[in-house]
Amino acid sequence: MTQEAASLSEERIAYLERLVHQAKTAAAVFTQYTQEEVDRIVKPMVSAAMEQAQYLARLAIEETKLGVLEDKAIKNMVAAEFVYNYVKDKPTVGVIREFPERGLVEVAEPIGVIFSLTPITNPTATVIFKCIMAIKTRNAMVFSPHPKAWHCCHEAVRIMAETALKHGAPEGVFTCVESSTLADNAYLMHHKDVRLIDATGGPGVVKAAYSSGKPALGVGAGNTPVYLEKTADLDMAVVDIITSKTFDNGTICASEQTVVIDDEIYDRVLKKFAELGTHICNEKEAELLGRTLIDPETGFQRPMAVGQKAVDIARAVGLAVKPDTKLLMAPIHGVGREHPLSVEKLFPLLAVYRAKSVDEALKVCVDVNHLGGLGHTAVVFSRNDEVIRKFSEVINAGRIIVNSPGSIGAIGGIYNDMVPTLSFGCGTGGGNSTTDNVNVYHYLNIKRVARRTQAPMWFRVPNQIYFNMNAVQNLRQFPSRSTIIVTNPVLEQIGHVDVVRRNLPPQTMVHVTVIPEAEPEMKVVMQGLEALQFYKADQIIALGGGSVIDAAKIMKLKYESPEADLDELGAPFLDIRKRVFQYPVEKTNRLRLIAISTTSGTGSEVSPFAVLLDKERGRKITLADYSLSPDVAIVDPQFVLSMPKGLTADTGIDCLTHALEAGVSVYASPYTDANAMQAIRLVFKYLPIAYEHPGDEEARTMMHNAACIAALAFSNASVGVNHALAHAFGARFGIAHGRANALMLPHVIAYNAAVPTKFMPSPHQRAYTAHKKYAMMADLLGLGGDTIAEKVKNLVAATEQLLDRLEVPRSIAELGISKEEFERAVPDLVKIAFDDPSWPTNPRMPLLSELADLFWEAYRGRGTAKAATKAA
Amino acid sequence: MATNSLSFKVSPEGVVPGLKEALAKLNGAQCEVVLDFSSVLRIGPKALRAMESLASAADEKASKVVLRGVNVSVYRVLKLMQLARRFSFLT
Repeated sequence: MTQEAASLSEERIAYLERLVHQAKTAAAVFTQYTQEEVDRIVKPMVSAAMEQAQYLARLAIEETKLGVLEDKAIKNMVAAEFVYNYVKDKPTVGVIREFPERGLVEVAEPIGVIFSLTPITNPTATVIFKCIMAIKTRNAMVFSPHPKAWHCCHEAVRIMAETALKHGAPEGVFTCVESSTLADNAYLMHHKDVRLIDATGGPGVVKAAYSSGKPALGVGAGNTPVYLEKTADLDMAVVDIITSKTFDNGTICASEQTVVIDDEIYDRVLKKFAELGTHICNEKEAELLGRTLIDPETGFQRPMAVGQKAVDIARAVGLAVKPDTKLLMAPIHGVGREHPLSVEKLFPLLAVYRAKSVDEALKVCVDVNHLGGLGHTAVVFSRNDEVIRKFSEVINAGRIIVNSPGSIGAIGGIYNDMVPTLSFGCGTGGGNSTTDNVNVYHYLNIKRVARRTQAPMWFRVPNQIYFNMNAVQNLRQFPSRSTIIVTNPVLEQIGHVDVVRRNLPPQTMVHVTVIPEAEPEMKVVMQGLEALQFYKADQIIALGGGSVIDAAKIMKLKYESPEADLDELGAPFLDIRKRVFQYPVEKTNRLRLIAISTTSGTGSEVSPFAVLLDKERGRKITLADYSLSPDVAIVDPQFVLSMPKGLTADTGIDCLTHALEAGVSVYASPYTDANAMQAIRLVFKYLPIAYEHPGDEEARTMMHNAACIAALAFSNASVGVNHALAHAFGARFGIAHGRANALMLPHVIAYNAAVPTKFMPSPHQRAYTAHKKYAMMADLLGLGGDTIAEKVKNLVAATEQLLDRLEVPRSIAELGISKEEFERAVPDLVKIAFDDPSWPTNPRMPLLSELADLFWEAYRGRGTAKAATKAA
Repeated sequence: MATNSLSFKVSPEGVVPGLKEALAKLNGAQCEVVLDFSSVLRIGPKALRAMESLASAADEKASKVVLRGVNVSVYRVLKLMQLARRFSFLT
């Protein structure tokens, strides 16, 4: 209990408890009501408020001695009719909004008991407004009116409650604290059954609400700056400002406080104000007003003037004005404590400032805005859109009212299409949680029912793929004025470049760029780029393995889009569709990329990936985007007939790993599955033959096709943890990629087939399917087995047998790496593998400890995978 | 130990009288009270007050009040009022 609340008597506490209990009961019962029942209560409440608008206004005037009867009556009517017009067709019970295309439904949940503090300045209108909103949202409300407006508010609550009850609202839905005190407020603000505080009033009340620790809507003071710019419609502006500032004698917190006028129009504008009943003060009069109406101790307005008529204020301070004066206007020359009239004045006195420039005017408006008006309201009169835009940028206000009255404009629904309200959210600038015009949605907990959605998937491949022996002849159909062939020294030596040359259309100017056999470095890419630019190439033919084709992809990227930043484009991403950095769409030059693969494994001839070695920073940049995919792929086995045995094995294993990982990827689809499965079948059948009988043309052809087909799968489904482990291990110990894959492969199959420690979030998959996919692969290979576990075991065994036939090392230990050395390396290997972009599509989310286990299984090698499968 | 049990069918039109009758029976004897709510679609503030009284009486006599067939909307109201924990429920 707070210090204030501690002063309450037991009797008073019991009374407050009764009020809250009544409201709590009503709120609980209210949860059973339908939209129709709610709407049947709201409408007669609005009618009652309209009928009693003048009566309640009169009560408010008599009690508070603030404002204007007619204006208060209008405010009561706006609070009823305008708010009703906005809410009448709005669903507030059950489903309130549906977004079928997004699979989202919003369902309304009432808040329960709302504790509402209402102000002295707009007492009955605020009660009417809040009652209508509370019923519309099935909430119960305990009111604590300002002590000096208690009777009129109590009467407004009575009228609203009786009408609501008569039309079916639960008993106790509105209650009003008798003669409320600060102690009562403190007690109720902290009450466990009060779910929301809606505080409209002075800064103290709002601060108390926000300090209570309860969710709160707090709407307090403003300090509205007005910029009257030289292009404005001056007649309209002057009438609007007078209308607004004199409305209810200036008691609306959104009303204008300081008008900043451009020098060029200053005198004309003041003349117009004077003609329409404004007393323009001289410097001495302004000083008098500042001294008497603003408390020098606090810097705030004195209560004596709030809501009073201009003539009465003038009389009270000894200022001689005409009897029909409706507004006082006093010049100021700055903003802040030393310029008392620059603060909020809830009475018909406007400060006015002469600005020499737009810049000065905006700065003064910012100063006023920051002097107690942050987040509230600001007004600009101008026909210059640039001025309006700039004003909106520099002023922090929830409502920026353009070419219309501030106070009536901010209410919404009269001069503009803002939501009608009697409660202005002031955002964080005003210590509030919202800048909205408070409305029914702030009285609801909105529940979002989010159905599982399946984002559209894709299957993207190069436009043209030519395969089988002599597919290179298809080069003849691609006319080119200037072609660059990128290749490596060996392929040039053995005559492959000549084969390509012979198959190009006549008249093609050909230039050859020979690059080293290793992974491409930036300087190699730049060398190729210079050739492309020098020869003004329109076609690039990449003849080689993965490194050459990757280099050509990057050359093309930089040639077509010189501004492409490879560092940015190589930034890691989780989902290619949501990546931070997008690849350039606009192209400076156009270049056709034809990829002719000379190994059967990487699949770079159709893949959207390229790896660049950044030697200076000792790292690799992995580029991935479908714009990198070659335009044409030529899969001609004549270029792989002479491939050495070791390379045949390594690249073939890489191909198998692509297919196996794409097959169980969380991005796998029926389209990628078809390719992955076919590639697996081809590899198991033809890789041993191609390895053991390198001259077997059929085996070479099928393995070359298998590599491309597997790449079509992983280009769309990506790979998995096997590649992450192999990348880390291969880079650290200088082991060829395919060979590194081979060391991990049986262990990773067993690992993925087991029940995961952590499932990978995968909206594209309906269930964990990796083990079933492996079983399907085993079935496809005819490996036998009655259960899924048996089939997985057989797949692991078949993979081991295949690796044996390929005579690749079967354990890391076999490579001559000592246990001690490996032990030292494992922590780093784990970190690097976990940072690798390959694994996020793995079906099983790897824990760091599991990555370490997999490395150690690969270290020990043969036999470990079999044991793991058995255990699974 | 055998327990006497009294059953009442609460009608939608007479929730409050039904609860009052149950309260009277509970006050008059050491027994378990079973109230059949299956035809009650919603409850109002008066019914809630009657249920609070019934729960208090049951607490005093260390008796049990069982509510049968309470629909989920009514159950939610009892939860919001922290009353659900003071009754037993049978579907």
